[in-house]
Amino acid sequence: MRNKVAIVGAADTEVGVVPDLSATQLYVKAARLALADAGIGKDDVDGLITCVSWAEPYVYHAEIIAEYMRIFPRYCITAPAGGGTTLTMLHHAASAIATGMCETILITMADSQVSGLSRDKAIEAMSTAGHPQFERPYGPPIPAFYALIAQAHRHAYGTTDEQRAAVAVACRRHASMNPAAQMRKPIAIADVLNSRMISDPLHLLDCSLVSDGGAAIVMTSAERARDFPRRPVYLLGAGEGHSHEHLSQALSLTTSAAREAGARAYAMAGLGPKDIDVAELYDCFTPVVIIELEDLGFCPKGEGGRFVENGRIELGGELPVNTHGGLLSHCHPGHPGSMFAITEAVRQLRGECGPRQVPAARVALVHGQGGFMSSHGTAIFGNEMV
Amino acid sequence: MADTHGKPVPMPTRETLPFWEGCGRGELMIQRCGECGQFQFFPRLYCSRCMSERVAWVKASGGAEVTSFTIVRRPVSSAFAADAPYVVALVRLEEGPTMMTNIVGCPPERVAIGMAVEAVFERLTDEITLPKFRPRNG
Ligand SMILES: [Zn+2]
Repeated sequence: MRNKVAIVGAADTEVGVVPDLSATQLYVKAARLALADAGIGKDDVDGLITCVSWAEPYVYHAEIIAEYMRIFPRYCITAPAGGGTTLTMLHHAASAIATGMCETILITMADSQVSGLSRDKAIEAMSTAGHPQFERPYGPPIPAFYALIAQAHRHAYGTTDEQRAAVAVACRRHASMNPAAQMRKPIAIADVLNSRMISDPLHLLDCSLVSDGGAAIVMTSAERARDFPRRPVYLLGAGEGHSHEHLSQALSLTTSAAREAGARAYAMAGLGPKDIDVAELYDCFTPVVIIELEDLGFCPKGEGGRFVENGRIELGGELPVNTHGGLLSHCHPGHPGSMFAITEAVRQLRGECGPRQVPAARVALVHGQGGFMSSHGTAIFGNEMV
Repeated sequence: MADTHGKPVPMPTRETLPFWEGCGRGELMIQRCGECGQFQFFPRLYCSRCMSERVAWVKASGGAEVTSFTIVRRPVSSAFAADAPYVVALVRLEEGPTMMTNIVGCPPERVAIGMAVEAVFERLTDEITLPKFRPRNG
């Protein structure tokens, strides 16, 4: 599938607290912006992918959005989750285009976790992810699952609080250069360590945001992409890895199926970690980025903590990570989270990022994970075919 | 029914009932494959290693080791507010499988990865008793 499909339109809505738009309106606004970016009308879309919304749940969600927009796709799917599932859907969309199931796919994802659901309800709703008989009775909130992962990584490899904090600091620094980001005031490592302990060893600033917002992309064949007004962003590689759902069933707490997802994406692209100019990595909690950097081959297993030190993942460093600010500082409306990583990768590869532009970025890697390091998807994009 | 203050109460299924009945007797029941010998938890219809349907319920020793833990400061819901801070842990049973649990019977700060623990049984409702773990050496 290398070089066969491209992203020709990408856009975000306003993010953060957006009280004047419902979840459904955010999906449709993101779609309208992405179509405008692609220079096409809604009737040019023959494939539609959405994700479910917590704030406005519908069983046939993609059909709800199609109906709202009055479009009549021949390919129409709702993703039941977020994180890695977003990359899974991108993988599906690419294969649908490559096999001729449809020509032009709109992927739009959004939610209204603050204004439509409330912060406390959003957190409580997501905690139902634990096993109803064998996990939830013990009272684990979402951060506790990731705290268990962080503790195991610390125990195995000596990863420190300061190293995890460096991930939050990098994301915030990038967000400070992104006028769209929800949290823009720069922070230092001490700010992370002094923030309230949520679930040892994770402090408040190790945890991502709760947000409203939406993002959308338009994909088509690489051949047709040349006729669109924007510089195409080609999909060079895609891969997935799936290892468990419940954390207590995971074979490892410190090595994830990001390893398989990444290896499959690299193999398709014919590229490796050294070829990546910018990485947008799922950062629901800071330890996740450290494990992803290891499993995606940017450093050896156990070295992730040392890798993120001294600005190495900041702009100007060896591998700028989460140049928009990530889920930690840009926004995290739940299921759509990885979409903002994809739209940022597109903007970086088009050279549209202004002060936070990675100079001469040619190849970007996006990784998403969902559940509890359960479902992984990697995509590698380039502004030229390889 | 005992007052659970809104905590989630497990609803046993046909597949998990022997586990919950065991907890009621103070026994930690897991499955063992009659073909390949694998112990497994959660309960399953088949062995997750060899797909044999010859899985039988056996009593686990109750001994385990903490493989990871966290001290929850911000409880998952108001139902757990009175318990906070509380320890959520993963423990590896002597037989091999991993369980999520709470570590009780010691201050949260004393819990450590590698700590030897043993099962204790806490009644949640008239029907449900939860297995938790405490340090083995008191
Ligand atoms: Zn077996």
